Amino acid sequence: MSRRPDAIVVGAGIVGAACAEALAREGLRVEVLEAGIAGGGTTAAGMGHIVVMDDSEAQFALTSYSRRLWSELAAELPENCEFLPCGTLWVAEEEAQLEALRAKAAFYTARGVEAELLDARGVAEAEPNLRTPLAGGLLVAGDGVVYPPAVARYLLARAREHGAGLREGCRVERIEGRAVLVGGERIEAGLVVNAAGAAAAELTPGLPIMPRKGHLVVTDRYPGFCRHQVVELGYLKSAHVLTSESVAFNVQPRATGQLLIGSSRELVGWDAAVNRRLVGQMLRRAIEFMPGLASLKALRVWTGFRPATPDKLPLIGRWEEADGLWIAAGHEGLGITTALGTARILADLVLGRTPELDPAPYAPGRVQAEATA
Amino acid sequence: MSEQVEIQVNGKVVRVRAGVSLAAALLDAGEPVFRRSVGGSPRGPLCGMGVCFECRVTIDGVAHRRACLEPVVPGMKVVTGG
Amino acid sequence: MADGVVSRIEADVAVVGAGPAGIAAAVRAAESGLRVVVVDEGFRPGGQIWRHRTPDALPPVARRWLGRLERSGARVLCQATVVDAAPEGRLTVEQPGAPMIVEAGKLVLATGARERYLPFPGWTLPNTVGVGGAQALLKAGASFAGKRVVVAGSGPLLLAVAAGLAEAGARVAVVAEQAPAAAVLPFLVGLWRWPGKLLQAAGYRAALGGARYAWGTWVVRASGDDVVREVTLTDGRRTWTEPCDLLCVGYGLVPNTELARLLGCAVEGGRVVVDRRQETTVRGVYCAGEPTGIGGAEVALLEGEIAGYAVAGREGEVTSRATALARARRFARRLEAAFALREELRRLPDDETIVCRCEDVCYGRLRQERSARSAKLFTRAGMGPCQGRICGPALEFMLGWPMQTVRAPVAPATVATLSDIEAPQGAA
Repeated sequence: MSRRPDAIVVGAGIVGAACAEALAREGLRVEVLEAGIAGGGTTAAGMGHIVVMDDSEAQFALTSYSRRLWSELAAELPENCEFLPCGTLWVAEEEAQLEALRAKAAFYTARGVEAELLDARGVAEAEPNLRTPLAGGLLVAGDGVVYPPAVARYLLARAREHGAGLREGCRVERIEGRAVLVGGERIEAGLVVNAAGAAAAELTPGLPIMPRKGHLVVTDRYPGFCRHQVVELGYLKSAHVLTSESVAFNVQPRATGQLLIGSSRELVGWDAAVNRRLVGQMLRRAIEFMPGLASLKALRVWTGFRPATPDKLPLIGRWEEADGLWIAAGHEGLGITTALGTARILADLVLGRTPELDPAPYAPGRVQAEATA
Repeated sequence: MSEQVEIQVNGKVVRVRAGVSLAAALLDAGEPVFRRSVGGSPRGPLCGMGVCFECRVTIDGVAHRRACLEPVVPGMKVVTGG
Repeated sequence: MADGVVSRIEADVAVVGAGPAGIAAAVRAAESGLRVVVVDEGFRPGGQIWRHRTPDALPPVARRWLGRLERSGARVLCQATVVDAAPEGRLTVEQPGAPMIVEAGKLVLATGARERYLPFPGWTLPNTVGVGGAQALLKAGASFAGKRVVVAGSGPLLLAVAAGLAEAGARVAVVAEQAPAAAVLPFLVGLWRWPGKLLQAAGYRAALGGARYAWGTWVVRASGDDVVREVTLTDGRRTWTEPCDLLCVGYGLVPNTELARLLGCAVEGGRVVVDRRQETTVRGVYCAGEPTGIGGAEVALLEGEIAGYAVAGREGEVTSRATALARARRFARRLEAAFALREELRRLPDDETIVCRCEDVCYGRLRQERSARSAKLFTRAGMGPCQGRICGPALEFMLGWPMQTVRAPVAPATVATLSDIEAPQGAA
């Protein structure tokens, strides 16, 4: 490096890439350090669902803000980013869930997010391969799907147009405030952003982030089999309960005609091996909702690690424990959706501006205080 | 003359030798294009032994079947070029 | 199906693959009193080399072993694909009808080899098949009678397949071997030690009739509209075009190590590591035949027998075959050296040549990436149903990219099958 960078971004997943792009566009001299391949970690393992979520007001605020930024970005995304505005269809199995479904619809509508309640017939028409009858559904038409590694690479390319540097295969061993250690070399910068995802806590001890493993299955090409990202209403519950292992029905059509089938959650450290029992459970859940999936050919199964936090909200902002250190990590299963909003908030905070969104719920210090309490 | 069976290829009835693989039968029937690739180019069998997946056809409504691993069965309905 | 009920077979030994190695292993283990299950993708046992529609087309050694297999009491599952395996001896098998779990104390992997393909412009045109591919199709009943054929690539299979095609009524115009005569002839001279092989080669040559056999010659391009019409060959000095209806090109064999790698067995230089009892680095998992290094049927039979005796604990029989195996292996090593691939073959594709046939990824795009992993992520190369089995070895040869790690399923499997993959209670 010829000159001291203004900012080092550790991690070139989609969050790091978005942060690098946002900072570089503001004129900062940015250096991105990635241990593996840019966009090759959790970013490559996930579904790439751009979705507005309602687990909490803060989660809703960040996901809906980010989705707006995605719809702005969509027009310029290259084809290999596979942007597909397919919407999300939330489905309720039982009459007992209809109240929750209506509450969800009211929540979205009250906050300006288009959401359409469907009855049993409406669900069957929207997705003919769902089992009939299901109790009902909620169609959130503004949601979509992307291929995250390609987006990460695209954002990095834009960052580089603004002078950013990228080093892949460059493992940061330690972060010391405004400096990082790489292969014994100490690189100083104006500030450091820890965007190392599920590995962020290994570089910044005290960060309440742990890897939460998930499985995905991808099928061969069956164009038209499924039109929306279809998620069971109980998904949120599966995502919410941090301690136990869980599965939920979640299927996604890809631009290629392939289907991604999820999802599972478990806390097993960094063990990346396929858990066949859990995959079986996950797929049986999927087949319960979409019986026709059973006869489709699956090509691959893989695992990935979501960066999970205790309160299901990411950590965005200054880390008070170390001078010059900022955090953009802990996005659990929503890192693709929230990467753009995260980058905007981080850049605003770094530059001393007031973010469009109240950053307090995402302040890294809040969970640290809770964790030590 | 060995025993023959009738199968349907793209809606046409075709007489093929019994006991042969579907891939062999299609080649003999003058159907070298088994499928179109994702980019639209014509493809036929390459490895003949189930490895390359180039000989995929739709059999009785089931897509992505390897013709080299399927014996001809009287009356089977085959769609190529998909 | 979806309710998690799946049929199970228990056995002492499960053998994957019913070629010479798998048959020999199954026969020796079953004769020793073990309960044996053999799983194979073919319509009937035999593997690629002994693939047949009627036994009378087979050489005596094949009929002998197939007969032994039939009498051995081993249970053979045909048209059955192993899609997952666990080291404690559990196989998940897809077959017509329902999936099946085979629970066996020990595994013998006799998964054979596949053909090596090196991309060149036009190689995706229909009626362009592998050399082994042509042989497999011929044995599966394709006639090719009256077709004008060019056979190219490398290795002893070229001559055998050209002879087979000629016998079936095809007109073989040229057999083009990329290895120079200077490399192969000393090997042929050395064949006096293996007179049977020499006779076999002479027989093939006689069957070929008027076909030209060109040393040091390789394919640079195939062209045609919807199918191949002509092929361009070169010997490095002269380049010419041959019309053809069928082009067969293959560059020797690649060991099928995917299942071994899935099970965690060590693989070095593309070969599964085994000890003198054919046991891999994973206890209870044995491997025999081509996956331990391309050796041909004779090596495969010996290794299969050794593996079969080893799983049965008949150590005397294991030891007694060591000398014969060493001799057969020597022949295989010489063969491999004689047909070493030339440098020019790394540079056959142009930027538009498709390398990953499943996903239509061309060479120009792949060259922009730095590893098989980044190629997979950003170009989709290797993401299709063949799981990189065709483009992986080609990319390894052309760009030096090591093959990707293997995960279950090792072959495309229905979602139903994977939903039934349920470990016993308490297992990880």
